[in-house]
Amino acid sequence: MKTLDQVVLDSPLFAGLCEGCPEQLAGCSKTIGFEAGETLFREGEPADVFYILRKGRVALELYVPGRGAMTIETIEAGDVVGWSWLFPPHTWHFDARAVAPVRAIVVNGACLRTKCEADPLLGYELMTRFSAVLLERLNATRLRLADLYGGGRGG
Amino acid sequence: MQPSSDVLITLDGLSSLVDALRGRGYQVVGPKLRDGAILYDELESADDLPSGYTEIHAPGSYRVERRDDEARFGFAVGPHSWKQFLLPPRIRLWRARLNGGAPEVEEEPPPEKPFAFFGVRSCDLAAIGIQDRVLTGGRYVDHDYAARREGIFVVVVDCAEPGRLCFCDSMGTGPSAESGFDLALTELMNGEHRFLVRIGSERGAEVMAEVPHEAAGSPDQDAREALVDNARASMGRTLDTEGLKEDILQNLEHPRWDEVADRCLSCGNCTLVCPTCFCVGVEDTADLTGEVVERDRVWNSCFSLDHSYVAGGSVRQSGRSRYRQWMTHKLATWHDQFGTSGCVGCGRCIAWCPVGIDITEEAAAVRVREGAGDENA
Amino acid sequence: MAVEPLQLSPGPMVPVPYTVRSRGRETADTWTIELEPLAGQPIDPEPGQFAMLTAYGVGEVPISLSGRGAGGSLIHTIRDVGAVTAELCRIPRGGTIGVRGPFGTTWPLEEALGGDVVVLAGGLGLAPLRPAVEGVLAQLDAYGRAYLLYGARTPGDLLYPQQLEDWRTEGLDVRLTVDAGTRSWLDRVGFVSALLDDVTLDEPAVALVCGPEVMMRVTVGALLQRGVPAERIYVSLERSMSCGIGHCGHCQLGTLLICRDGPVFTWDEVGGLLTVREL
Repeated sequence: MKTLDQVVLDSPLFAGLCEGCPEQLAGCSKTIGFEAGETLFREGEPADVFYILRKGRVALELYVPGRGAMTIETIEAGDVVGWSWLFPPHTWHFDARAVAPVRAIVVNGACLRTKCEADPLLGYELMTRFSAVLLERLNATRLRLADLYGGGRGG
Repeated sequence: MQPSSDVLITLDGLSSLVDALRGRGYQVVGPKLRDGAILYDELESADDLPSGYTEIHAPGSYRVERRDDEARFGFAVGPHSWKQFLLPPRIRLWRARLNGGAPEVEEEPPPEKPFAFFGVRSCDLAAIGIQDRVLTGGRYVDHDYAARREGIFVVVVDCAEPGRLCFCDSMGTGPSAESGFDLALTELMNGEHRFLVRIGSERGAEVMAEVPHEAAGSPDQDAREALVDNARASMGRTLDTEGLKEDILQNLEHPRWDEVADRCLSCGNCTLVCPTCFCVGVEDTADLTGEVVERDRVWNSCFSLDHSYVAGGSVRQSGRSRYRQWMTHKLATWHDQFGTSGCVGCGRCIAWCPVGIDITEEAAAVRVREGAGDENA
Repeated sequence: MAVEPLQLSPGPMVPVPYTVRSRGRETADTWTIELEPLAGQPIDPEPGQFAMLTAYGVGEVPISLSGRGAGGSLIHTIRDVGAVTAELCRIPRGGTIGVRGPFGTTWPLEEALGGDVVVLAGGLGLAPLRPAVEGVLAQLDAYGRAYLLYGARTPGDLLYPQQLEDWRTEGLDVRLTVDAGTRSWLDRVGFVSALLDDVTLDEPAVALVCGPEVMMRVTVGALLQRGVPAERIYVSLERSMSCGIGHCGHCQLGTLLICRDGPVFTWDEVGGLLTVREL
């Protein structure tokens, strides 16, 4: 049975994290599970956690009147769900729903923010990793925004 | 070169030559003064030639003027090239009767009478060879072009006076043609007005047998050589072709393209008059009943937006990219696609460009490399 | 003596009439049609090649092969984007369409033998790749790992949904994603190149890529980062075509004629050309 800090290191995002840092992260975390179809969080609710997905798939949804719930992104195992804990006003921008049964580590945002302020190295390492993921997501989103499939082959 | 096969004919002989070709069933086409220009049109006799006329070429300018002699071929090239006849501006490819689902297709036959091209300049002869490679030298043969090409009789004429925009010497296409013709005429006016005739094929020899002629002597051949040398020395333009393809392809973002784009109107005149430009498109039409449909093949130009249209838009939207496409194709990528340069140095594009863009000037400018850090600068 | 004109049989610009044996709607604007000749044998295109399809009286367009049916019939998936394609999509069963071809270069299935093969399709790009996928499935054991990574705009825009399932059953590792999904979509939502993240690829691997040009550029970038060499990444390009036989000048991309030298190219042949704007 793995300890939480071992599980943290399992996630590709936190591979090679600074000495003692997985333990710090683990100190703010616990394991959690969601059944398929269960909601993780809703738009507008207070955002004070984030999730490191170990198993399953989470859909980020935007509710559009007349169109219903649009899935604008899915997050896969090994990735992180939730960024709104990082900056005020700490509220969720989208809904999140488990598409398949989810096992995750849920990390308390306030706890982690306090630790980062006390230990700048932890803060720096986390910020570096989170920025990389955000950049990748941003670029992928920009490509989808270009609506490339709109033009067609075949004359 | 076999000196013994060169002959001399007089002006009467020239008339006989045209008559002999017509008599053999050829449609003789050659230079004719019409609409203020020297065009290629049907010749009913040698009297149709623009006797005593010449052309004055300048960037963006072409004028026909009277000479002070009666030279039959005292000019260079006008707006027409022989692609008027080999790759006409519009032809029908086929016509079909749909018959409610079991179409009967009739491919358009080539013209019944083969052409005799009378008065082909060496640059234009080279251009015909270039189009031969494009349209018959690959995996697929253009039927109509091949059919028109197959029967033609070629009478080349040497240029004694190159036009002021000519650079056939730079492109290796002139001023003299050495092969690829049935007959080659050199107009000699030192003394009696006569023509030296070089016979280039058996067919040429057969035709000459019907035309009154006498053997040519070395003074006539010397006169010809002097004319050719003089022509070579009087070119109006030059184009340095050494490493040209590589230089152009390495400078696709050169600021000169922006500069020429400010002047270019994308009118496409250059592509119309260029003897090697071959871009075509097709137009499908139906009659009012929808029962009879046709496909025509028509000249297209890379200067049109349509030319590069794919679903979603045209790839070459800016005038800059279209001028660059034309010039890079003509002088650079043509080599990789078809094994030769696309340019024969006839100078027509310079004369017929409304703003006088000079391809020799643009080519020289775009080779000059910009900026530091360029190894070969 | 008169000169004889050249006698020639129908030239390469004359279409052969085919009948629409069947047709079906794929998505809101895309149809798949099956063509058989009125007489004689059908032409024999290979995966990657295209035919010029004529809607009599309207016009002609290049359409890649999307499959072969019984008796070698031709299957083409067509998107309605203009007058000609609209007509081709409209012509009913029993109607007549003209065919010229086959033209162009092929997907290099033999090159991929013995190694991993990843097929990456975006949007309508799966249509020219389907014959390649079918070719791989025909001898799946002869390859290493075989993947189809496919992305479309929405779930409704995915082509051949039943076949995607069938292919999975036959042993192809099929992974799908869309740009935006609905509640009933339980699969990934994200850009198609992200599908590469979880895929294992060993040398020698071959990638076959087709979709909008930007999608291909980005996806190929990801493939290069994964260590697939440029000469083993194949893309299918598209340009305006009026003849398909290298005579009309429209399909040029720099030195290349797409109809004759392509449409299937290796990335090292075309990568540089595709970065020159408006080439």
